[in-house]
Amino acid sequence: MKPLSKQIGTGMNRVDGRLKVTGAATYSAEYELPGITYAVLVGSTIAKGRLASIDTKDAERAPGVLAVITHLNAPKAPGTKPEGKDPSQPQTVGSALQVLVDDKIRFNDQPIAVVVADTLERARFAAGLVKAQYAKEAHQTNLEANRPNAFLPTQAKKNPKSPVADYQRGQADAYKTGALKLEAEYVIPTEVHHPMELQAITAHWEAPDRLTLYDKTQGTMATRRDFAKQWGLPEENVKVIATFVGGAFGNALHSWPHESAAIIAAKVVNRPVKLMLTREQMFTMVGYRPHTWQKIGMSATPDGKITAITHEAVGQTSTYEEFTESTLGQTRMMYEAPNLTTRYRLVALDIGSPIWMRGPGEATGAFALESAMDEMAHLLNLDPLEFRLRNYTEQDPERNRPWSTKFLKECYKAGADRIGWSKRQLKPGALREGDWLIGYGMGVGTFGAHRGSSKANAQLLPNGTVLLQSAVTDIGPGTGTAMTQIAADTLGLEPGKIRFEWGNSTFAQAPTQGGSAIVNSVGPAVQEACLALKDKLRELAATGNSAFAAARKEDVAFADGYLTLNGNPTARANYVDLVRQAGGTAVAVDSKPGPDGQKYSMYSFSVHFAEVRVHQLTGEVRVSKLVSCADAGTIINEKTAGNQMKGGAVGGIGMALMEHALIDDRFGRYVTKDLADYHVPVHADAPAVEVFFVNQPDPHVNALGTKGIGEIATIGVAPAIANAVFNATGKRVRELPITPDKLI
Amino acid sequence: MASEPEVPANHDENRRTFLKQSSLLTALAFVPGTVVEAAAGKLDERVAEAFEQVPLSLKVNGVRHKLKVEPRTTLLDLLRENLNLTGTKKGCDYGQCGACTVHVDGQRVNSCLSFAVMHDGKEITTIEGLADGDKLHPMQEAFVKHDGFQCGYCTPGQIMSAVACVREGHAGSEGEIREYMSGNICRCGAYTNIVAAIQEVKDGGKKV
Repeated sequence: MKPLSKQIGTGMNRVDGRLKVTGAATYSAEYELPGITYAVLVGSTIAKGRLASIDTKDAERAPGVLAVITHLNAPKAPGTKPEGKDPSQPQTVGSALQVLVDDKIRFNDQPIAVVVADTLERARFAAGLVKAQYAKEAHQTNLEANRPNAFLPTQAKKNPKSPVADYQRGQADAYKTGALKLEAEYVIPTEVHHPMELQAITAHWEAPDRLTLYDKTQGTMATRRDFAKQWGLPEENVKVIATFVGGAFGNALHSWPHESAAIIAAKVVNRPVKLMLTREQMFTMVGYRPHTWQKIGMSATPDGKITAITHEAVGQTSTYEEFTESTLGQTRMMYEAPNLTTRYRLVALDIGSPIWMRGPGEATGAFALESAMDEMAHLLNLDPLEFRLRNYTEQDPERNRPWSTKFLKECYKAGADRIGWSKRQLKPGALREGDWLIGYGMGVGTFGAHRGSSKANAQLLPNGTVLLQSAVTDIGPGTGTAMTQIAADTLGLEPGKIRFEWGNSTFAQAPTQGGSAIVNSVGPAVQEACLALKDKLRELAATGNSAFAAARKEDVAFADGYLTLNGNPTARANYVDLVRQAGGTAVAVDSKPGPDGQKYSMYSFSVHFAEVRVHQLTGEVRVSKLVSCADAGTIINEKTAGNQMKGGAVGGIGMALMEHALIDDRFGRYVTKDLADYHVPVHADAPAVEVFFVNQPDPHVNALGTKGIGEIATIGVAPAIANAVFNATGKRVRELPITPDKLI
Repeated sequence: MASEPEVPANHDENRRTFLKQSSLLTALAFVPGTVVEAAAGKLDERVAEAFEQVPLSLKVNGVRHKLKVEPRTTLLDLLRENLNLTGTKKGCDYGQCGACTVHVDGQRVNSCLSFAVMHDGKEITTIEGLADGDKLHPMQEAFVKHDGFQCGYCTPGQIMSAVACVREGHAGSEGEIREYMSGNICRCGAYTNIVAAIQEVKDGGKKV
C-alpha cells in the first residue's frame, strides 16, 4: 500500500470533540420532543416462577400517571416471541426477550410492569405502588453448583466447525502423559459493562405504523431489524438514531427488555416515551461478561517446548437464550502445540442473558491461557517472555495457513524495553521497596481482524464540501474522526471540508460497532466512496476540458480542491466549479471483504506488560506501570487509537483487581447493586498507560491496512497483572478479582 | 413546570407561599382520610398540584430562573428534564460516578445527591456555562487537545470537577490530581489523557 496521506496516522483532534466538551452532544435520553413522557420499570422480586397477581390500582390513581402496563393489558406486538430467539441464529439477530407478554418470570428484576407518567418523579413514585404476588419455583443461579449439567451449545451440535465446537489436533488430552505438566483451574466472576451512560431509549410512534427510536445501541441497523420484526413492520418504517452513545463495551450489541417495554408504552400513551434504566437495573437486564470456569492442562519438554494443551471452559447463559463466546480461540492458534484439545460448554441459569463484554470470550480465555503460560515458565525456571518466544507461531497452527501479518515479536521487544523487563527476577518475591513487593508480568492478546460488508454514501456539495453518511455508531473510539481522515486523504481535501454523519439507520448500511471491526469494514467503504467521487470528478472535468478528456486516469491528480494533470501545468479544474456545473454529485458504494480471508489467518495482536506493587501487610495491589503494545495494522489516528489502548488497559485493571458482580443464590438476586458495591477503576487506580503501535499495514484485510484495536486493548491485561502479582508475592491467584483477602 | 428566565426572585414571597403550602401539607398529613378520599374521587391531581409545587429561584449559567418544582426533584433532574440542560449527565443517581458534577456557588457538587429546592437563591454553573461564548474554557480546550474522553458521557462531569480541582489547589502533582479526581469515573478509561489535560491547564497558569 502506498503511503496515503497527510491525515492518516496523525493525532487529529476529534471531529466531535467540541460537542463533547461543551455538553452539546446529545445522547438517547436527551432529545427534546413535544409531549414527552417518562417510563419506569417495575421488576420481579423472584428469579423463577409465575406472576400470580399484579395490583396496579394505586399506581393508576397516582398523580400524573398516564398508564400502567402489564402483561394483562399490553398491546401484543405481532412478531412477539416470548421465549426469545432461535439459538441457531446468529446472536445479534432477533430480539432477545419480549416482555409484558406473559406471566412467566425468568430472572430476578425481569420487567413485570411499566409505569408512564408526565414527569420522572411521578412515574418513579407510582412504580413503587405496583404490587405483585408470585407463584415461586426453585431457581438456579450458581454456576459452580450446576457445572455437572453443562451442555454443548446447539450451534456446536449443528456445526462441528463452529468456534464453540470441540476441537482436536494431535492426541486428545496428551498433556496427561507429558514429562513436565501442570493442571490448573481458573475462574472469572460475572463482570458488568457499566458504561457511564445508563441504558436509555426514547420511543416515538410518529404514526401507527411508523416508529422512531433514539436508542443506546451499537448497531442502528440491528436495532431497526429487531423491532421491525417484533412489530411486523417494514424495516424502513422503523428509524433508529444513535448519534452519541455514552459507552457500551458490548452491552448495546443486543436488544433488551427495556427497549421492548418503552416501545409498548409509547404505543399505549401515544406520546414519546423516555426510559432510562437505573444503575441497579444495569446489572440485571442488559447483559454481562459471564461467570466462567476454566481448566488448563499443559505439558512441555524440559527445554521449553509445549507438547500439549487441553483447555476447557464452562460459561453461563440464561434459560431462554444460548449465549456463546470464543473463550478458547486464542489457545488454538497462539502457541505451537502439536497436541491440542478444547471443549466449551454452557450452563443455563435463571439470570438474564449475558452479552459480549470488551475483549469478550478471548479476554476470559486469555486469563487462563496466559496465566498457565506463566505457571509453566515458572516450572521450567524460564523467563516467561523467552518461553513464549520458544513457542511462537510463524503460521496459524489451527488452520495451517499463513498469517496475513504478525508483528508480535516487535511488540514483545518494545514492551519489554519500556517496562524495564530486565529488572524482573525469576524468583518471586525478590524485589521490594519497604513494605511493597514489586513484580513484573506479561500477557498476550489476539483477536480476529474481522471485516464485514459495509456501504457508504458520499456527495460533493456545491459549496465544495463532502458529505458522507453511514449508519455506523461511534460508541467512543472516534469512528467519525477516523472516517473524516480517510475521506480527507483519499480526496486530497482538508478535514474541515469533510462532514461525516453517522448513527442513523436511514444512512448507508454499516455493521454493528463491535468486534474491533469498524475501521476494517466502514473505512474501506468510505475510501471507495471517495475514489468513486474522484472518478465522477474526472468525468466532469473531461466533459468540459480537452486536456482532461485526453488524459490518462493515472495522470489526473487531486489536491487542495483542484484536479491537475501531471506534465501539464496549465490544466487545472476546481472541484467546486465542476460540481456547480453538474448541480452536485453523489455516489453510493458497497464495499465487501476480498478473497484473502480464505488464504490467510487475519489477527490483531497485543502484549501487555505490568509492574505491580503489593503491600505485604495489607495485600493491596497497585498497578504502578502498564505498557500496552499492539500490532493492529495501520493506525489511522494515533491519538484516538492510543486512547483506546489505554482505556482497554484500564478495563483490564478492573477485571484483574476489582470487578465482581455477586449474586445471593438464596434469592437469585444481585447483592452488588451500584458502583459502591461493584468497583471499577477510578483515577487513583490507573497509572499513566504507555502505548506502542507497530503501525505496519496489513495488505490483506483491506486497502487501508487496518486490523482493529478495541478488543486486543483488553485481552491479556488481566493475566499480565495476575502474573506480576505472582512475581511480586509468589502467590498464584487463579480466581479473579485479585482482592487483598486472596493475598494475605 | 414553567421557567421564567431573567425575572428577579422575590424570596420573601416565595417563602410565604411555601409556608402556606407547608400548612396545607401539614393539614393533609393530620387528616390522611381526606387525601385518600380525594384520591378515590379522582381529585388527586388537584390535591397533588396544591402541595407538590414549591417555588424556587436559581441562577443557572448567569440566567435567573423562577420555578415551581416538586420537593423530590433533584438538581440533576431539574437541569436535565426541566431546563433542558442535558450537558450534565446521569450515571448512577447515588453520587458514585461524578457524571452529574456541577458548580454550586463555585463548589463542585454531585447534582444527583441534592434536591433542587435545597439550592434556592444559589448560583449554578453547568458545562453549558463554562465557555465564554464561542471561546472554550482552557480546560475544555485541553480535554480536546489531549483526547481526555472517548464516549464523552462522563466528560462534562470530569471537566467541571477538573476546573474545581485546579481552583481548590488540588492539582499540584499527577498523584494529587488522580486522588482528587477519583470521584469522576471514566469507564472508557481515558484517565491518562484527562490527567495530562489537567496538568497542562494547571502548569499553563491561565485563570480557570
